[in-house]
Amino acid sequence: MSPAPRPGVRFTLDGRSVLADAGETLIEVAERHGVQVPRLCHSPGLEPAGNCRACMVEVDGERVLAAACCRRPVEGMVVHSGSPRAMQAQRMVLELLLSDMPAQPLRHDDELRGWARRLGVGTSRFGARQRAAADASHPAITVDLDACIQCTRCVRACRDEQVNGVIGLALRGESSRIVFDLGDALGGSSCVACGECVQACPTGALAPAGGAARVPAQTHVDSLCPWCGVGCQVRYHVTDGQISHAQGRDGPANQGRLCVKGRYGFDYSRHPQRLTVPLIRRADAPKDATTLADPEFARQAWFREASWDEALDVAAGGLARLRDVHGPQALAGFGSAKGSNEEAYLFQKIVRLGFGSNHVDHCTRLCHASSVAALLEGLGSAAVSNPVMDVLQAEVVIVIGANPTVNHPVAATWIKNAVQRGTRLVVIDPRQSDLTRLAHVHLQFRPASDVMLLNAMMQTIIEEGLVDERFVAERTRGFEALAAQVRHVTPELAEPVCGIAAARIREVARLYASSRASMIFWGMGVSQHVHGTDNARCLIALALLTGQIGRPGTGLHPLRGQNNVQGASDAGLIPMMLPDYQRVSDAAVRARFAAAWGVPVERLSAEPGLTVVEVMHAIHRGQVRGLYVMGENPAMSDPDTHQTRQALSELELLVVQDLFLTETAMLADVVLPASSFFEKTGSFTNTDRTVQLARQVQQPPGQARQDLWILLQMAQRLGLDVARYGEGEQAVASLFDEMRRSMPNLAGITWQKLLDEGSAVYPCRAEGEAPEVVEFSDHFATPDGRAHFVPARSQPADELPDAEYPLVLITGRQLEHWHTGSMSRRSAVLDALEPDPVALMHPRDLAALGVPPGGLVTLRSRRGQVSLFARADEQASPGAVFVAFCYYEAAINRLTNPALDPVAHIPEFKYCAIRAEPGGALPVQMGYGGGQAVR
Amino acid sequence: MQSDVIPIIPADAARLRKRERPRGRQTDAAVRDELQQWLGEGLTRRELLVEHLHVINDRLGCLPAPQLVALAALMKLPQAEVFEVASFYHHFEIIKEAADGVLPPLPGLRVRVCDGLACALAGGDLLRVRLAALLGPQVQVIAAPCVGRCETAPVAVVHQNAVTHATAEAVWQALQAGQTAPAATAHIDLDAYRAQGGYDLLRDCMAGARDPLQLIGLMEGAGLRGLGGAGFPAGRKWRIVRAQPAPRLMAVNLDEGEPGTFKDRVLLETDPHRFIEGLWIAAWAVGVSQVTVYLRDEYHGCREMLLAELARLRADPPAPGLPEIVLRRGAGAYICGEESAMIESIEGRRGLPRLRPPYVAERGLFGRPTLVHNLETLYWVRELVERGAAWFASQGRHGRQGLRRFSVSGRVCAPGVKLAPAGITLRELVDEHCGGMLPGHRLYAYLPGGASGGILPERLAGVPLDFDTLQPHGAFIGSAAVIVLSQHDSAAAAARNLMRFFAHESCGQCTPCRAGTAKAVTLMDPPRWDAPLLGELGQVMRDASICGLGQAAPNAFDSVLKYFPHEVQV
Repeated sequence: MSPAPRPGVRFTLDGRSVLADAGETLIEVAERHGVQVPRLCHSPGLEPAGNCRACMVEVDGERVLAAACCRRPVEGMVVHSGSPRAMQAQRMVLELLLSDMPAQPLRHDDELRGWARRLGVGTSRFGARQRAAADASHPAITVDLDACIQCTRCVRACRDEQVNGVIGLALRGESSRIVFDLGDALGGSSCVACGECVQACPTGALAPAGGAARVPAQTHVDSLCPWCGVGCQVRYHVTDGQISHAQGRDGPANQGRLCVKGRYGFDYSRHPQRLTVPLIRRADAPKDATTLADPEFARQAWFREASWDEALDVAAGGLARLRDVHGPQALAGFGSAKGSNEEAYLFQKIVRLGFGSNHVDHCTRLCHASSVAALLEGLGSAAVSNPVMDVLQAEVVIVIGANPTVNHPVAATWIKNAVQRGTRLVVIDPRQSDLTRLAHVHLQFRPASDVMLLNAMMQTIIEEGLVDERFVAERTRGFEALAAQVRHVTPELAEPVCGIAAARIREVARLYASSRASMIFWGMGVSQHVHGTDNARCLIALALLTGQIGRPGTGLHPLRGQNNVQGASDAGLIPMMLPDYQRVSDAAVRARFAAAWGVPVERLSAEPGLTVVEVMHAIHRGQVRGLYVMGENPAMSDPDTHQTRQALSELELLVVQDLFLTETAMLADVVLPASSFFEKTGSFTNTDRTVQLARQVQQPPGQARQDLWILLQMAQRLGLDVARYGEGEQAVASLFDEMRRSMPNLAGITWQKLLDEGSAVYPCRAEGEAPEVVEFSDHFATPDGRAHFVPARSQPADELPDAEYPLVLITGRQLEHWHTGSMSRRSAVLDALEPDPVALMHPRDLAALGVPPGGLVTLRSRRGQVSLFARADEQASPGAVFVAFCYYEAAINRLTNPALDPVAHIPEFKYCAIRAEPGGALPVQMGYGGGQAVR
Repeated sequence: MQSDVIPIIPADAARLRKRERPRGRQTDAAVRDELQQWLGEGLTRRELLVEHLHVINDRLGCLPAPQLVALAALMKLPQAEVFEVASFYHHFEIIKEAADGVLPPLPGLRVRVCDGLACALAGGDLLRVRLAALLGPQVQVIAAPCVGRCETAPVAVVHQNAVTHATAEAVWQALQAGQTAPAATAHIDLDAYRAQGGYDLLRDCMAGARDPLQLIGLMEGAGLRGLGGAGFPAGRKWRIVRAQPAPRLMAVNLDEGEPGTFKDRVLLETDPHRFIEGLWIAAWAVGVSQVTVYLRDEYHGCREMLLAELARLRADPPAPGLPEIVLRRGAGAYICGEESAMIESIEGRRGLPRLRPPYVAERGLFGRPTLVHNLETLYWVRELVERGAAWFASQGRHGRQGLRRFSVSGRVCAPGVKLAPAGITLRELVDEHCGGMLPGHRLYAYLPGGASGGILPERLAGVPLDFDTLQPHGAFIGSAAVIVLSQHDSAAAAARNLMRFFAHESCGQCTPCRAGTAKAVTLMDPPRWDAPLLGELGQVMRDASICGLGQAAPNAFDSVLKYFPHEVQV
């Protein structure tokens, strides 16, 4: 790259005197002045390549033509984009490329043909090159290199943008060819199917499988991705009510990028097993917690169809009766982190006012409850301090207990981009991951020794004088207690416990402490432990100790899992908090909400409610008798599934609102057919504290209804005054408005602003006020404005391996699947990519067990067993087995330990003792999964 | 289990594979451990990728897929990056599993038969056909672009042993005798060079007895121009790079790949230290902190000799504080003679020329200001200082200045490297330096500058040969590789040979060259050429190609259309 010109370079373009901004290329200046120069390899957002030579322009005094996409103007330059010589080159380049194209375009908006039409280039006079065979080995992407023009947009999208490095341009000359890995079939390659290459390809050589790009869609809707907390903005192309394909939009978190789930995981909403009629359990269908059934079979055998009126009356009427007979403590509700803010807000209101208890919780309890607890305690705020994108300004970044390339793929691309630009990445994780390849250091420590490791780092920082004294003195409290706690935790003490050399621990401590800006990302490897809160406390202390918070490129970022887990928590789906983390135990808070909601203060219970796992226990002991579950699947997602399902089956009334007959819904008394993400409008809050607008793309099928409609019906029947909200999108708007008026951090964000701008960051406490993208620059959200150190002592995991159960089980997610699999395993592409339940084991462990890769293995803990396929994975930590919890036919939560973190009540999903045995029963797939959807 | 029986879908190969292992190729731990032993230190340095591939290729005779996967893992590189580099260079043969997943047997010995124009004139094509029949399937007989030994055409290379004036019998005998190593060179070694006063000048420079600016002035005064082909004034180049911020680097282009050119090899095989002394003097004058010498892979004997002489110099340096000289090995790619492509290759990448600006003098190797020179240019330095700028400038003929070395091949009695005055005409060069035309051959046409410089007819044999003198005739002198054709030869056939070479050697980066050279090969195939279309194509290749390869390639057909239209019926 040539150095950027001085701001304001004046030169002549096609006879006009024009001014170029600093760093602008000729093509950009031309574009601004309405001069269209053909271009194919050029794509905004990608590094210029200058290889297609379609954008050649003539520069006075130069021997050859110049590529406008790469050339920057200099003062006084005279450029002709339309001179005969320039036009001849532009046309000839297009003609050369056209000669090799297949007869029919592979995408309707083929850029090469588009430019050829505009420049009047007709049939090529040259013969075609040798035809290439199409590669249809991938379920999502068809490769037809007949249409390839070697522009390398796909290579740059894969290598520079997504940093997956799957695509290369191999060989040379006319033989040069786009390849995957070692020139392998795409379906057998390391491709993660983010589809960025397809989005980048100008000719459809890489195109959506099935020819979706060959004809234009009838319409498109700008909305969001339904999957993870990154919050990518998406444009859905729709024909006849069906989504034909998804395209990344220029949203604040994704800037056009998507991952495999966002790009291909949209068809679950039209899966044949969608519930389209309300269901009521047949009187003769007992609830059997041990039965696994095909959902379609279960629907027909155990349920009967009902009208909405009947179903709602049975549901709401039944809950009201239980409340009236047994008191408010007999009811509980689980809201959903996949629902909108408005739905979450109304749901907690239903529980608090309609049920009269605070027994409302959601899946945050299973993922980041401990992070939330520690952040509220230490900083007074439960959200991230800095957005993901800040990593581009960090000098050092720690990723601990997180596998973002799998769980937050688009966020991971920004981390990878930062590394490409020189940020030093420290991965702290017992498992290897795709990020470790890019890591400056990987501390592969022993599972569950986090606190020891982090304390030893802090010991080093204090001992070596790397503490930011001024920050600690002016901005924090409790340093002495922390110092006393970690004083004796030397790296030498930690070395045998963590399995990391003392010198390595010191090196990382110094690196983090002494950089200009250090940032920490963490995931559920930190939070899902009995010491999850302590883990997070240590990370917070690390940042406070070194002053690595409150500035761009620093801070603490717990990567939030679900697309709206941040918003659902903010909106009050938490048993001890009203919206915006205002404690139910605080009389002033209750008085404020009672006034806002127009109810007497006595209607609000002062007693914090039960958490997810505690509700199960309360059912078991007969306290909770009725449960309302919206879009959650505790029968799959909660630890010790057998006990969970047992508890669910013991309920007097279980109401489930969902898309499918999930494992939880199979135990329900009433099932309310709800709307998918694509079938409703609402606001969703991503991991960066950005509230974004999702717009309705499709109509709910059959009699399925929008969730908010169902909630309003339930609310009304449970005695809430909901008439004032109105209906449809008006109800969404009025609920959002009510919400922001009771949530100071959202006070400044209006529904109109979301409609106009699509997204808004909070805290934003007044309309028109600039939001705090980076929090805590001068004070923390605690009452005294200071952050609080909370020391933690290293504790072992609850259940340690022994002779009988010698291995450690770690659960989590896989790239292609989501949570309990009810949606992702009904998405054709996602299911085809990961069709079967697998246990990820180190090849050495597998060899010791005598199981060949791909063979059956049975995993057993003190609580249960599953049989599944053993995948030999070098990235696995020896002695530890990793299984995702999305496979109903091998539900791994049968094995997990329900032991809870004492503060946050989060279960220890990341550690329990198991043993592995060769062989076992073949997992049986019923109705979905196993790649059935694409056949 | 309570369910209607739903048939289990038979698991296909893809599904079974997903159960077995993560997506993509997995590293074979044993292969990885072995590779680690072979490669040793500095494993993850990206710029060593091509060197690492050479290590594998030298040991196994090819690059099997499992080794590439393991190398990618060890270097922490994506497999695609390893593959695209490995597949770019002709000297690497990648062996992948067959459809049954089994690796085929590794290939045996290779015989490369040069199909450069000089060898083609000497019967190289016939030799290749005969060898293929004679040697059978155990030995791979493949056509290779010019191997840089045109004065001894035809040439066949048995593994690394170049058989000159090759016959099928000679090649067969070399194979039988197991003669696969390069022949030793009879060069002036370090001791002999020192005995003739070698490195005294360098010592003076390093000791401060000379002034760098004065030396640069001397170079400018002599009017020495870069002898790799582009002819940029050497002294001015030194001054430009010297003015750039440190650290400054130097890269010496010994990728002598222009068909017909072999002067650098001959000089290196004769007097390597004269070149090295010139190199170090240039480095001193410009203030260079590290030097990389990029030697074409075909010059196996030179490589071994140079490695040995450099080791001797390291053990016994002529002066303290000299910059390190790193020897890097090409891998079979003509394009790497283009300076920015060479730099890419030194950095361990595919040899794709960079877009200019910026020029390599500002941003070259590893992003640093870089002085790039050809061997012959540096070879002149000591003699210029010893004999003076005026002496050099006073050489020349027909109004031109200086001396230069011509690589002459084709239908002359005495082909070889000829030191002659700049501006000498082809007729004079043939008559005075090459013993005239071969018996029975009459001058018909000649190539003044290798494959790129065009083809001129006999009637232009009186034009002075130098920079700038041939442009009016649609030709240029380049590296002064002169190939002489006679009445028994065809200019069109020569042009077809050249265009096949360009298409084969195009890096494939830009459309005008990648598609243009390939389409030109097709257009030049029939007896009658489509002159208007070739004309249009040629104009755009010149105007819009990124580098000199695509810009000069049309000279081949343009020359034929201009001077030999009767051969192509136009």
